[in-house]
Amino acid sequence: MKSEGAEAVEEIRSLVEMETGGKGEIVRIDGGEGMVKRLWVLGVVPGKRIEKVSSIIGKGPVVIRLGQQEIALGRGIAQRILVRVER
Amino acid sequence: MEHGGEWYEVIDAPGTYSLEGIAEAERIAARLVEEADIVINVVDAGNLERNLYLTFELTERQKPMVVALNMWDEAKKRGIDIDLKALESILGVPVVPVVATTGEGIKNLLAALQEARIPHFVSPDHTRRWEEIGKVISEVQRFSYRRPTWRDTLQRVTLLPGAGLLFGLAVLVGIFFSVRFIGEGLIHLLDPLFERYYLPLLERLGVLLSRYPLWYEVLIGKPVDGHIDFELSLGLLSTGVYVSLGAVLPYVLAFYLVLGLLEDVGYLPRLAVLLDGFLHRLGLHGYSVVPMLLGLGCNVPGIMATRVLESEKERFVVTVLIAIGIPCSAQQALIVGALAPHGVAPVLVVYGTLFAVVISLALLLKYLVPGFRPPLICEIPPYRLPFPKAVLSKLWVRLRGFLRDALPIVFLGTLIVNLLYLTNAFPALARFVSPWLSRMLGLPPEAILVIALGILRKYMAMGLLLPLGLSVKQLVIASVVISLFFPCVAAFVVVLREFGWKRLFEAVAIMLSFAFIVGSLLNMLL
Repeated sequence: MKSEGAEAVEEIRSLVEMETGGKGEIVRIDGGEGMVKRLWVLGVVPGKRIEKVSSIIGKGPVVIRLGQQEIALGRGIAQRILVRVER
Repeated sequence: MEHGGEWYEVIDAPGTYSLEGIAEAERIAARLVEEADIVINVVDAGNLERNLYLTFELTERQKPMVVALNMWDEAKKRGIDIDLKALESILGVPVVPVVATTGEGIKNLLAALQEARIPHFVSPDHTRRWEEIGKVISEVQRFSYRRPTWRDTLQRVTLLPGAGLLFGLAVLVGIFFSVRFIGEGLIHLLDPLFERYYLPLLERLGVLLSRYPLWYEVLIGKPVDGHIDFELSLGLLSTGVYVSLGAVLPYVLAFYLVLGLLEDVGYLPRLAVLLDGFLHRLGLHGYSVVPMLLGLGCNVPGIMATRVLESEKERFVVTVLIAIGIPCSAQQALIVGALAPHGVAPVLVVYGTLFAVVISLALLLKYLVPGFRPPLICEIPPYRLPFPKAVLSKLWVRLRGFLRDALPIVFLGTLIVNLLYLTNAFPALARFVSPWLSRMLGLPPEAILVIALGILRKYMAMGLLLPLGLSVKQLVIASVVISLFFPCVAAFVVVLREFGWKRLFEAVAIMLSFAFIVGSLLNMLL
């Protein structure tokens, strides 16, 4: 945790809203137990740093990079993953 | 396997990232680990973080373990450096870098088996596992900067929001044309062999059978101008063998070769991701593109491949789409054979109609078949150069599957239909419904008879439609209707085996109504 207030403009956005190429830390996943579990095994968990690689047009999946791994997440899931965007 | 005077039985467990899941692969892997004396934990060195999760789970099982860091060469090329000593001391087990494809490091791995230890590492409580993995990674893994290679660039470009999608569509078109090209090349190679070696054999058999007209009719069929004709005689051993092995097998082979290459390069998951947005609107998963592609070769393996889909609903929907809307190699040979002489446009009309059928059928089933559709969560592997031996052995496994699972049922079905045909029961039934159908579809009654027979004998339909002197429009309608029917007896059997009688009847009802409605619509529109 950084000292709050020093960097007042801290942005929390969903993976869908986040800009392509942007990086950030996952802060929350608003999903059912089953979904959270599937994401957990992949390492898509709060606290992890990710980079948004792409967002396929036509309401396609969002692709993120997590360590050495690229993972695609359907739009519905991507909307429920909240990221603290680095500026 | 023997090493250092001792015998080891090596069991390859299914690839998995966890032992605690509910997926079949995970349960089998967990059971195998339970039974094993020593666990060789094969880990992708280029993706250590991801693999440490399973490694941590394995340490909890308290089995002697050796860690093999596979694809070590590739990891180094990508600028990843792993401190082997540090990892060994954290886990308390030997860690050996290997390159499975070249065999590098395998000797060291075997030597390390003697040193296999029960890990002294105490795996943290489940909820803190990723946190702990992060700590280990920061201790043992270093990156040195490497200029992005052409592969990194390709990886990025093929997933670009818009350009990646265009590239994906181009790949689909490329698959289609390369399969045609390779398939036709093989057919030109095989045709002379059939003429030179198989035909004389059949003629000799024909002489032997001439005293048994029933068997002659079933096995060899009707002579054309006094000779056996591979396309028109319609016997089990003449047309049956020729069309299966000489006309369809080359396309099936070409198709699985191209698909296997794409698979090993690592493109298929990307294709699934790129098309997910579009397929999602049809109520499908991006993954369903793979079984549908397989279905273009032969519907049977396509339907089997729906097993990769998670929900029963989706499996059934994709199966129906494949059986009805996706033309297999044999059906495509028929479409192209009947219509190509009349130009490209009629062929495109047939394919366009089938495409429209797949879309509207998917939309219809989205509402008709209830069930949960799990969202897409898909790992994207890095591109790899395919390893020729692996591509060829996979091709062989698939061809063997086709020869063993699909062909015998097709032959048996053909035999039964040939016998039925002799009893005249089938033509009588077809004649009964044909006046009505022929008005709706705009086809002469004889053509309806051919189509009805085509339900079970695709190649027979191909041979018999041509002499009827149909107009181009009528040929288009007939090709569409024949393509909408299940491709062959084997497709019926596999749907029955995978889903049971109730689902089979539903699928057949959908098939008949779609074939009728679409045929009538084409008759009105064209």
